[in-house]
Amino acid sequence: MNTQGKVFKYPDNVDTDVIIPARYLNTPNAQELALHCMEDIDKAFVKKVEKGDVIVAGWNFGCGSSREHAPLVIKTCGTGCVIAKSFARIFYRNAINIGLPILECEEAADEINANDEVSVDFDTGIITDITTGKTYKAQPFPPFIQNIIKAGGLLKSLKEAENK
Amino acid sequence: MKMTMTQKILAAHAGLREVTAGQLINAKLDIVLGNDITTPVAIHEFKKAGFTDVFDKDRVTIVLDHFVPNKDIKAAEQSKTCREFACSHCVSHFYDVGKMGIEHALLPEQGIVTAGDCIIGADSHTCTYGALGAFSTGVGSTDMAAGMATGMAWFKVPSAIKFNLTGKLPENCSGKDVILTIIGMIGVDGALYKSMEFTGEGVKNLSMDDRLCICNMAIEAGAKNGIFPVDDITLAYLQDRSEREPVVYEADPDAEYEKVIDIDLAKIVPTVACPHLPENTHPASELHDIKVDQVVIGSCTNGRMEDMEAAYSILNGKKIADGIRCIIIPGTMQIYRECVERGYVTAFIDAGAVVSTPTCGPCLGGYMGILAAGERCIATTNRNFVGRMGHVDSEVYLASPHTAAASALTGYITEYKEA
Repeated sequence: MNTQGKVFKYPDNVDTDVIIPARYLNTPNAQELALHCMEDIDKAFVKKVEKGDVIVAGWNFGCGSSREHAPLVIKTCGTGCVIAKSFARIFYRNAINIGLPILECEEAADEINANDEVSVDFDTGIITDITTGKTYKAQPFPPFIQNIIKAGGLLKSLKEAENK
Repeated sequence: MKMTMTQKILAAHAGLREVTAGQLINAKLDIVLGNDITTPVAIHEFKKAGFTDVFDKDRVTIVLDHFVPNKDIKAAEQSKTCREFACSHCVSHFYDVGKMGIEHALLPEQGIVTAGDCIIGADSHTCTYGALGAFSTGVGSTDMAAGMATGMAWFKVPSAIKFNLTGKLPENCSGKDVILTIIGMIGVDGALYKSMEFTGEGVKNLSMDDRLCICNMAIEAGAKNGIFPVDDITLAYLQDRSEREPVVYEADPDAEYEKVIDIDLAKIVPTVACPHLPENTHPASELHDIKVDQVVIGSCTNGRMEDMEAAYSILNGKKIADGIRCIIIPGTMQIYRECVERGYVTAFIDAGAVVSTPTCGPCLGGYMGILAAGERCIATTNRNFVGRMGHVDSEVYLASPHTAAASALTGYITEYKEA
């Protein structure tokens, strides 16, 4: 599994309120919500994002509300991966549970620039900045979490276990 | 055994004698919670995965609180989805308009959560119930769906930061000033993935409402949970309230903590978190030049009876400053009724405030007090992120009910001083 695309870069403490403002949470419809992805931090994001693109951010990405709508809109927009120095814990859980690939890598988050072309290999955790030619290695997930991702999310992994 | 209080509760619910920080476990859940925003997504996932039954109709709790009474047609549809699901699965703890309250004020009040519980809720402020000596943490809708279906959740056992509390708070301070001070000290990711365990002889000087407020904002420091030991105050609160028998867990004397932070409650001052992060704290006394347009007193952080008492003690017989909109939101119907009976509502109205039925409404920029560009609000809520209460160019200052009420009278951020 991998992704390749251009980078959207954001600072530390990107909260779920700017990822998907609560004023839009009167619907659970992912397609409708995705029209407002990142609206309060970057109005241009939804117009510019293309399938496979990568969000790169600082510490504590996805802090604040537990709304699963946040990783869901990022995924629905076509974003292939989020790389950050760290993730807020509920966002981290939610991303894994719904199958949005995320990677923690401090060096990559520091050095990769906005609009760079980046490719990410999720099996090895290797991040390649094609623009600069540099590669980075992210922390791999523990096997327990890899199993959830491989099954296609938490509920599918539970159903698989139930059917065994 | 060297377990923290949180680790003890998790070990017991995972059927293990011992757990250590970093260990991945599957734990049995006592309560699974959702609200009108997160539950529709959970229901969708639950059905899509092919689940047909909830694990226990008495252990699933659904509270309509964010956008009710329904703010618009779409919100009404979300409430309807929750209502129909609760009805078809005979969910015993379903709270609709007239019975509802802001979930984290309601569940402790109604005795749905108790000491020793292991609780997940699809709402980040589910960490509130740590005040009762429970392990309680916020999750997303898919975790809620899995919890509803199986009664289990996976956790990475957290390490902990110990907060050793001593002394007694000054009269014009409350739990809100304590937790804002701590977040200012350690930062919005200062407790990321960790437990915040509050102990020490100062605990006995904190009321249940103070403790609920402190644990409520543990998430604002990135924590997995906040937790207080169970003492006489906890047991008195749970008596005649708790639906299930409380179970008391204590940290081992040799429990390992990543860090120990001493907090002298006597040295806490009225504290305000300035835009746009809860860690951006300053003493209220240094912010007296900041003019506000709106004051909100309420939310899952500060919508409890003591918060209403603080607002009443300051606003009774006074007038809210010209040009200031003051919105007071009691957290539950029981608190609302108590405010009516005690004459608080009349006093609030005479002062020039409005009193709403329970709702999360303005806290998350939903409705009931949205800010225009350039406007400022001092609020007893929990987040001051960009656009949190309305326009991206509006500002939210987080404070205690004392500070918010005092500011309503002057129109500027004001430290409350007893006359």
